[in-house]
Amino acid sequence: MQSFLTKRAISSGVSLLLLIVAVFFLSRLTGDPTDLYLPVDASAEARENFRELHGLNDPLIVQFGHYVADLVRLDFGESIRRARPALEVVIEAFVWTFQLAVITMAIVSAAAVSLGALAAFHVGGAFDRIATFFSLIGASAPDFWIAIVAIVVFAVGFGWVPTSGTGTVWHWILPIGVLFIRPFGLILQVVRGSMISALGSAYVKTARAKGVTPKKTIFVHALRNAMLPVITVIGDQAAALLNGAVIVETIFGFPGVGKLMIDSILQRDFSVVLAAIMVTALAIFLMNILIDLAYAALDPRIRY
Amino acid sequence: MTETQTEAVPKTKEPGKFITILRLLWADKVATTAAIFVLIVIGCAILGPILLDGVATKANLRGRNAPPFDLSKGFLMILGGDQLGRPLLARIIVASGNTIAVATGAVVASMIVGSSLGLIAGYSRGRLGQVIPRLADVIMSFPSLLLAVIVLYMLAPSVGNIVLVLAITRIPIYLRTTRAEVLEIRERMFVQAAQVMGASTGRIIFRHIMPMILPTLLTIATLDFAFVMLAESSLSFLGIGIQPPEITWGLMVAQGRPYLTSAWWLSFWPGLAIILTTLSLNLLSNWMRVALDPTQRWRLEIGGKKNG
Amino acid sequence: MADRDMQGPLLQVQNLTVTFQTARGPVHAVRNVSWHIDRGEVLAILGESGSGKSVSASAVMDLIDCPPGIIETGEIFYQGRDLLKMSRGLRRTINGKKIAMIFQDPLAHLNPVYTVGWQIEEAMTIHGMAQSKAQAETLRLLRKVGLPDAEVAAAKYPHEFSGGQRQRLMIAMALALKPDVLIADEPTTALDVTVQAQILQLLQELQAETGMALLIITHDLGVVAEVADRVVVMNKGEIVEQGTAAAVYANPQHPYTKRLMAAAPGQGALHEGEQSSPILELKDLRKSYGAFEALKGVSYVLHEGETLAIVGESGSGKSTTARLMLRLEKATSGQAIYKGRDLFTLSDQELFRMRRDIQMVFQDPTQSLNPRMTVYQLISEAWAIHSDILPKTRWKSRVAELLDQVGLHSEHMHRYPHQFSGGQRQRIAIARALALEPRVIVCDEAVSALDVQVQGQVIALLDRLKAEYGLSYIFIAHDLPVVRDFADRVVVMQGGRIVEQGPVRQIFEHPRERYTRDLLAASLDPDPEIQARRRAARLGKEVA
Repeated sequence: MQSFLTKRAISSGVSLLLLIVAVFFLSRLTGDPTDLYLPVDASAEARENFRELHGLNDPLIVQFGHYVADLVRLDFGESIRRARPALEVVIEAFVWTFQLAVITMAIVSAAAVSLGALAAFHVGGAFDRIATFFSLIGASAPDFWIAIVAIVVFAVGFGWVPTSGTGTVWHWILPIGVLFIRPFGLILQVVRGSMISALGSAYVKTARAKGVTPKKTIFVHALRNAMLPVITVIGDQAAALLNGAVIVETIFGFPGVGKLMIDSILQRDFSVVLAAIMVTALAIFLMNILIDLAYAALDPRIRY
Repeated sequence: MTETQTEAVPKTKEPGKFITILRLLWADKVATTAAIFVLIVIGCAILGPILLDGVATKANLRGRNAPPFDLSKGFLMILGGDQLGRPLLARIIVASGNTIAVATGAVVASMIVGSSLGLIAGYSRGRLGQVIPRLADVIMSFPSLLLAVIVLYMLAPSVGNIVLVLAITRIPIYLRTTRAEVLEIRERMFVQAAQVMGASTGRIIFRHIMPMILPTLLTIATLDFAFVMLAESSLSFLGIGIQPPEITWGLMVAQGRPYLTSAWWLSFWPGLAIILTTLSLNLLSNWMRVALDPTQRWRLEIGGKKNG
Repeated sequence: MADRDMQGPLLQVQNLTVTFQTARGPVHAVRNVSWHIDRGEVLAILGESGSGKSVSASAVMDLIDCPPGIIETGEIFYQGRDLLKMSRGLRRTINGKKIAMIFQDPLAHLNPVYTVGWQIEEAMTIHGMAQSKAQAETLRLLRKVGLPDAEVAAAKYPHEFSGGQRQRLMIAMALALKPDVLIADEPTTALDVTVQAQILQLLQELQAETGMALLIITHDLGVVAEVADRVVVMNKGEIVEQGTAAAVYANPQHPYTKRLMAAAPGQGALHEGEQSSPILELKDLRKSYGAFEALKGVSYVLHEGETLAIVGESGSGKSTTARLMLRLEKATSGQAIYKGRDLFTLSDQELFRMRRDIQMVFQDPTQSLNPRMTVYQLISEAWAIHSDILPKTRWKSRVAELLDQVGLHSEHMHRYPHQFSGGQRQRIAIARALALEPRVIVCDEAVSALDVQVQGQVIALLDRLKAEYGLSYIFIAHDLPVVRDFADRVVVMQGGRIVEQGPVRQIFEHPRERYTRDLLAASLDPDPEIQARRRAARLGKEVA
């Protein structure tokens, strides 16, 4: 187990390092923040001061050295835009994203697994066809379009929920509702397929020969076996949400890490971008460990 | 116990491959509809920009935000007009050109690169077999939208660059699938039989392994086509994809957003076009998964009843 | 007991017809099938693949999926009540409690994610037994089926057991509630012969103890001879003959049964080969996978024109030897001398030329023939690879010739493998091997997957081709009766080593080593009388 964790940490660490190096240099190619933050008619001296303050005068490679040296001391740098420690800004946003991701994935997983299992029990039945059809539509719909249609219908048309922002419970409903649709469709498809093969398997035949009830056959004998591929997809979808649901966060004015990342790139606030990448990468790494533990818990043949 | 008595071969005449596939498609009416829709979209994408480009870009101030289903301004205005009075139907048809071109380019490029790398990774027992899958892991660990934003910010957001970005993010899908399949198929007995006959590596890969993987790859590519379309429209929607005056469906949705409350149709129709196309592709992919798998095919052969 | 006798048999199937919907229209899986079984009796349903021998048992257990299966006519009486007229819920109270079933391939039939203890307990708790009592019962059952360390075993998962142990677990699970009827569907197929003998013995002991009825579904005449009182012979969904096992074997009435009994291997004359010059020689062959030694120094000689059989149970290394020789895997050490050259040190160029001389026929023709190539493409690929054998203009006529030689019609050359039966596919594989005009053909379990009659035909074909082409065979097999009929000399392997080797008569009639004797004793004879004598001898030995 320990060697497994170390191995995983090393391989994730290497990927993350590559990512940081790539983002550090690529992002600086997008332009000089000075042009963005100082007025067009700023004096050469003011520009020079600004550059000096944010360490933009050194050659890129030296800047990178400074950055890494700071990083070792867990200093993620300053946000130019907000004049606050970058890590603080990122964690603030990440908490929002994290909540959104956890709530959404909990609802999605519960709904998709139970409905997918039932759909698989009567393949080709009315319930199966309806569930399959809606899950396919869900998997096919662009979220930005769903989001704006939802705003027009539920916020503007009926006035049931606020159009954007945060504050009350009602503010969460549309973002969660929109984020729900795609993962729900994808996961339901996987659950259904995986359950169909599990229900056709030999051990289910044994259970039937033993006289096990259909309910117990589905939810005890087949479902646990069918969960492995499902967990993989749940993990992929959760990772996507943890990276920040950029579109949904932008449309609903939700102060999450995805919106922060895009804003920071557009504003050339490099420390924030890098800090955001690292925080989300750590979160995804931890989640992947959880998923691996879930594999081992579900299937005794998997041991690390 | 004489060995001359052979069992009878079933005397069924096998029709051609193409006919068989058409028949299997016809057996699933939903998939047939989807296939027809996809063909129409592809037709629009090829012919639309040639035939309708003039109409689609001509502003007509009297038709600004004209409501849909009003035939008095001509057939092309049946879906309404946009903020400059250009007919939405014509614009959607023209926009399909860019949308499909980007998706096709990205899917073909990522499929060729990804599956070649996957073949090498799966077949070589040496170092390459270890290194290439790592490459996929690294790409997968990149937040793809971030990658897109950075690259498109650095380089110009042209069609070529968008294809490049989308293709890179999709490579791991083909790479992993191909590698997994190759690892499995290379151990199959017919591959070993070919080895025993002295077949070269190239022959084994192209005559024995590739034909087995191709159906899976095509199924994934169909599904991925839908995914790439959605990704491209998201980028366009965020304003970092295709730039005006070029148009794609995603961009049209974004351009209609300020008019949502007064003229919903500006965003609604292009969005619907995206949904219907991706839905059709998903349905087709589902059908392919069954039709191309000999152990599942009977579900279609029995007829549309889809039992058990 | 007396009142039950008045009600008729314990379990009775009457006029059962089951149809399956398939791509080519409805297929009658069984037609008008009737059989019955009584307490304390062993009934065998004997049939080849596709004969529908398992279908009526599936109907008894309510395991036929509707659709695609439909039970068209028939009744199944259990203690006088028609199961087919009962509700699903009521049938579940009979399944597992009164009528239990075990299957072929116990690994697939045990749930991989639950402990075996839990699975055996479940068989009892679903029928209302208290958890604590079921736990105690589970341990008792595990001991009873001969698993050591019951407490430890109960906490383990199916993949942690061997094939034979898993079948014991299935038996423990099936017998948990002392059912009236136990149905065993090919319970020993795919098990090694010695393990098969143990499992059959266990079933017999348990049956004698509980007095249950035992229904065995099998394709193996030997299994019938060993355990059955009565036998029902099925062919193409119909019962062709039934009677006591001894009578059906000694005096078959139906032509199909006659053919079946005649095809049983192990009855032909023994080959008396004269020694010729060696063509291939293995010297101290070794192969390790990590720390595991699969081959621990194997040496044997193949002579010109002979059939050398390599027999052994799974894990004996018999197939590994062949794979190393054909350079499908790399040997750890040792030599394989062919025509004075060591095959393991050949350059790629030399290896390519050598490929023509040594060919292989694999176990399962379904898998060894590329499903996307026509017969013509499959066979002519040999000449596409070795272009100097035959000019392209002659390919077609040569394929036709080869097909003719292996007993297939030349007009079938544009069909795909799935359009042929199992035996025909193996003929195609043989034709493909012949296309390279080899000197040696390695047959790796080449007839194991075939029905007994087809097996006989393919063996006869191989024998004829050997004479026509002057071939030498290395015939890898686990089935001793087939080896007895076909081989000139025999090599017996166990655990990566050669135990004994010699002419076929010596091995079968005067085996020197204990392992060879055990192997021969465990191998079942199709004659019930011989099996009865062996059984008696065995019991006598145990008593003494």
